[in-house]
Amino acid sequence: MLEIEAGEKTTIRFTLNGKPVQAQAESRMQLADLLRHVLKKYGTHVGCEHGICGACTVLVDGRAVRSCLMFAAQVEGASVVTVEGLSNATGGLSELQAAFRRHHALQCGFCTPGILASATQFLQDNNAPSEHEVRDMLSGHICRCTGYTGIVEAILMTAQKRGGA
Amino acid sequence: MSTSEKWVGRSIERFEDEALLTGQARFMDDLEPVAGLCYAAILRSPHSCAEILSIDVEAARKLPGVIEVLTPDDVVAMSKPIGNLISRKLQYYPCAVKRARYFGEPVAVVIAEDRYIAEDALDLVVVKYEPKAAVVDPEDALSSSATVLHEEFGSNVVHERTFQYGDPEAQFAKAAKVVACKVNYPRVNSTPIETYGVIADFDASNGRYTVWSNFQGPFALHPIACDALRVKGHQLRLISPPSSGGSFGIKQGVYPYIVLLALAARKAGRPVKWIEDRLEHLAASSASTGRVTTVEGAFDAEGHLLALRLSQLENVGAYLRPPDPAALYRMHSTLSGPYRIRHISVDNKAVVTNQVPSGLNRGFGGPQFYYPLERMMDLAAAKFGMDAAELRLRNVVRSDEFPYDTVTGSRLESGDYRKCIEAALERAGYPQLLARREQARRDGKHFGIGIALAVETSASNMAYVNLALTHAQRLKSLPKSGAAGRARVIMDPLGSVIVHIDSVPNGQGHRTVMAQVVADEIGVLPEDVEVVSDLDTFGGAWSITSGNYSNRFSTVVTSAAKLAGQQAARKLRAAAAKELGVDPDQVQLVNGMASAPGGKNEPIQIRRLAMQLHWDAGNLPDGVDGSISELAEFSPSSLTVPDEHDRMRSSLAYSFQCDLVALEINSATGRVHIEKYVTVHDAGNLLNPAVVEGQVRGGFAHGFGAGMLERVTYAADGTLLSGTFQDYMCPTAPELPDVDIVHVITPSPNTLHGAKGLGDGCSMLTPVTLANAIADATGIKDLTPPFLPGRLWHLMRGEDPDAFTRKRQPPETGSALTLKGALRGDGTVAIDAPRQQVWDTLLDPAKLKSIIPGCESIDATGPETFIARVRVNIAGIGGLYDTKIRIFDRKEPQSLRLSGRGESKLGLGEGEAFVTLKEDGGGGTVLSYEYSADVGGRVAAFGQRMLDGVVRILLASFFDRLRAYLRGETPSSGLMATVRGWFAMLQMLRGPK
Repeated sequence: MLEIEAGEKTTIRFTLNGKPVQAQAESRMQLADLLRHVLKKYGTHVGCEHGICGACTVLVDGRAVRSCLMFAAQVEGASVVTVEGLSNATGGLSELQAAFRRHHALQCGFCTPGILASATQFLQDNNAPSEHEVRDMLSGHICRCTGYTGIVEAILMTAQKRGGA
Repeated sequence: MSTSEKWVGRSIERFEDEALLTGQARFMDDLEPVAGLCYAAILRSPHSCAEILSIDVEAARKLPGVIEVLTPDDVVAMSKPIGNLISRKLQYYPCAVKRARYFGEPVAVVIAEDRYIAEDALDLVVVKYEPKAAVVDPEDALSSSATVLHEEFGSNVVHERTFQYGDPEAQFAKAAKVVACKVNYPRVNSTPIETYGVIADFDASNGRYTVWSNFQGPFALHPIACDALRVKGHQLRLISPPSSGGSFGIKQGVYPYIVLLALAARKAGRPVKWIEDRLEHLAASSASTGRVTTVEGAFDAEGHLLALRLSQLENVGAYLRPPDPAALYRMHSTLSGPYRIRHISVDNKAVVTNQVPSGLNRGFGGPQFYYPLERMMDLAAAKFGMDAAELRLRNVVRSDEFPYDTVTGSRLESGDYRKCIEAALERAGYPQLLARREQARRDGKHFGIGIALAVETSASNMAYVNLALTHAQRLKSLPKSGAAGRARVIMDPLGSVIVHIDSVPNGQGHRTVMAQVVADEIGVLPEDVEVVSDLDTFGGAWSITSGNYSNRFSTVVTSAAKLAGQQAARKLRAAAAKELGVDPDQVQLVNGMASAPGGKNEPIQIRRLAMQLHWDAGNLPDGVDGSISELAEFSPSSLTVPDEHDRMRSSLAYSFQCDLVALEINSATGRVHIEKYVTVHDAGNLLNPAVVEGQVRGGFAHGFGAGMLERVTYAADGTLLSGTFQDYMCPTAPELPDVDIVHVITPSPNTLHGAKGLGDGCSMLTPVTLANAIADATGIKDLTPPFLPGRLWHLMRGEDPDAFTRKRQPPETGSALTLKGALRGDGTVAIDAPRQQVWDTLLDPAKLKSIIPGCESIDATGPETFIARVRVNIAGIGGLYDTKIRIFDRKEPQSLRLSGRGESKLGLGEGEAFVTLKEDGGGGTVLSYEYSADVGGRVAAFGQRMLDGVVRILLASFFDRLRAYLRGETPSSGLMATVRGWFAMLQMLRGPK
């Protein structure tokens, strides 16, 4: 990991959605700000900046991480996946994304990119989750629109479709 | 499906979703609509009530990267107070002028090249305050000794009106039973996950402000903002972003920031972007009104509710901000609820307090009204020894009485309330639940059943706001009425269909439903209809009533789109008739084709007909005036101004809802377990059942949150205690129980699809449904949400559940400390060093400087006193504390007592600690500590859960560093230490695994 002094800008090199990128950031810059305002990946949304709402969650080396609680410098050398990198190879909706649409698992969609990131890791770690486990995982996210029912269904159905359950 | 089947009424997937799911949707903070954007950060008052003695912005202005600082003097020089209905003496600017009246009120705006620099500069603005005694409780605001918030006005009572319908006093005189209920209903914040955002630009050449903002209407606030900015309508162009990250009403309250940032852009000479952060949102966006209600019901001997006597005291926060006091009047014309009450008296007052100003939040005025009314009904049922459902069935409007004119003027146009209640009882298995309750009670368990009813209003007649004026005052003021919806259907020269609507959605799926509506009218597929819902006051189909509120989408906006679609279809039929050789009314528009049985030609593509009207304008069919660009307004003529008796139709359509819950409370923990929740809605015809289900579930989540978890909470000095998402707790997936949804459908004759609204729905009714069940389970009559386990636990023991928000308590007996602060803790740490060495280190300022995390300096000012400068970072907000430390009761090398008092821009903190050192017998030391601390000001808004965690992290870090120091290492500094701190914080926030 890099050590940077306050105020100093440094070049951070990492992989973003499968492509190598580099960007300049101050030591104090949050990963969320780097992704959104330097690299213009606006799909990652910022909802609270104190780690509760989960909207800004992205995958760093496969793990779901709050990009508001991580410094930009910390992703040096890592592989970062944002919602823009979750679609399938041909650019269409992935299975999980399509399930979200089918089950009306979103309304305003602001919290959705973070939930998709967490669910992606969750389904990799747990291919046959129970509803209880899905809800427990979702406790790291706040959705104010849906009441979560559609989200839970979409994640369970995706697991089922993949043959886990 | 047959081709003639309608799209309306079907659960098609949403057209909004693909962009949202792939990160392509564009929200407010994703926009860079003009070149040269700079960024604003807002300095906010840490005091809820204080005179502002001086503001010094020079140091901030000199920071490299800072462009300008907007001060209250600038705001006064460039604008007028935001007007209200009641009095010019109640001055409201979008920032604190001379006096700060609520915690978090804007005091200055720093504009800089980037957001980081703007926030840095906030630390350099020096404001001198003189705090005054805050008025926090609405009933305290009435006291003659209370601080008067607005001295020019002279009273904290900013609105007062009484009303009488029928002869309630006579009914009360002859009543067999009178039942009373008093409720102090708390305030909530709808907390959409996207916060407020504004980009403002000023064109000095024509004096025009252009503002991009996630404002959602009502656009009646556009003229109010123009007035405040002292400009004409065309000099304030408002543009909404393509996507909005939720609102539930609260984004109405962004308009003062539109004014503030417009002024900031003008002063900076650059376009300025401001994105509210979550802490700002929780402190200073808006909240629902709080309301103290006393409701009395007069019943005859059979339990018929004859009359109501209501006294309502509305807490609007620090300023009377339009549209309030409207929340007090949204339900005024339905004060009888679903019941056949012909006699009502109302005594309304609105007071200002040192709290955030009020505004739209889901349910606007509904939960505050239905909570006391439906609690009273339960208390009455108990008094009559009658089943709570039975008492309600006895009193609801009968199905043969529709349309039913309420005594306050509403016309409940359709419904079958009995059928809805019976549906709820049946779905819930009411007899079985009653049997379960019997059994549970025999087993000593706290099992309760709650039921509640509401009439939900849709498409508000904007005249209702004027009920705050007397009839004589209304005659002298500008008449207001109506609930228009607008839509425009366009077919372009290539035959594509574009629809502009004025509902400014915040995620509900309006574009999908509207595509269904228009597809049905002009015979194309919904996916071929492009719906534009972002609104620009320089174009599109907007009017004064536009916006996303009071269920106007499903009622008036869809009706307007149907009309516009019909106009378009009329032109298409005329064009087709000419070619097919038939009468226009014989032409069928289906599946993209125009055809007629017996016509002379093959079916014609609808797209081609539309193209023809553009390309061959010299040869238009009879009665067709041009190509298709059809603006329609749906404006119900029945929605007029209030009459001289203050009666009016407040809404176009009236839905009905019945909720029923069964729950059990764990008396050892106060935790509520929901066994069954049924919600029955009659919202007329459903336009897209899946979208409707989303609204019901979302409304339930809000109602459940308000009932169980959420409350905007202030300390006795007006300091906000619910300032983070740790402390203002929104429901997450594990807390929310399943909800069983039932629809009963009686179409509305007042809307073109027969639809009514249900967007507020459970947000109005779930809190009281839960309260009724909790009262049933516990026997506690006096219940105020939220029913957090801790609050309920105290209530079940007859204790004050809100003691922590009151004045400071004396310490518990047995404590070594004299201060009983809100933050308390103790612990023991093993240190691998001799006791004397630990003691010497702890009392050496030079050594402590390198051990205390964030310590910049520490100097002895006397034998037992020190001053330390310590930087503390909490949730990304840092402050430099100048802390005075005093040592007492020094018993070298065994124990000492410390007291400290620190001040920073984050606020004030004071604490006390008692430390003992013991030898562990193996050459090491055991350090034990106990501490107690209180915080005030901005830092207190982080609330206890967050602060407790911060204190634990700081202590752990301190002892780590102490041990490292004693091992002869240099404790780390800089980024790595901060990063470790953040990881620790992250783990803490995620909770134990």
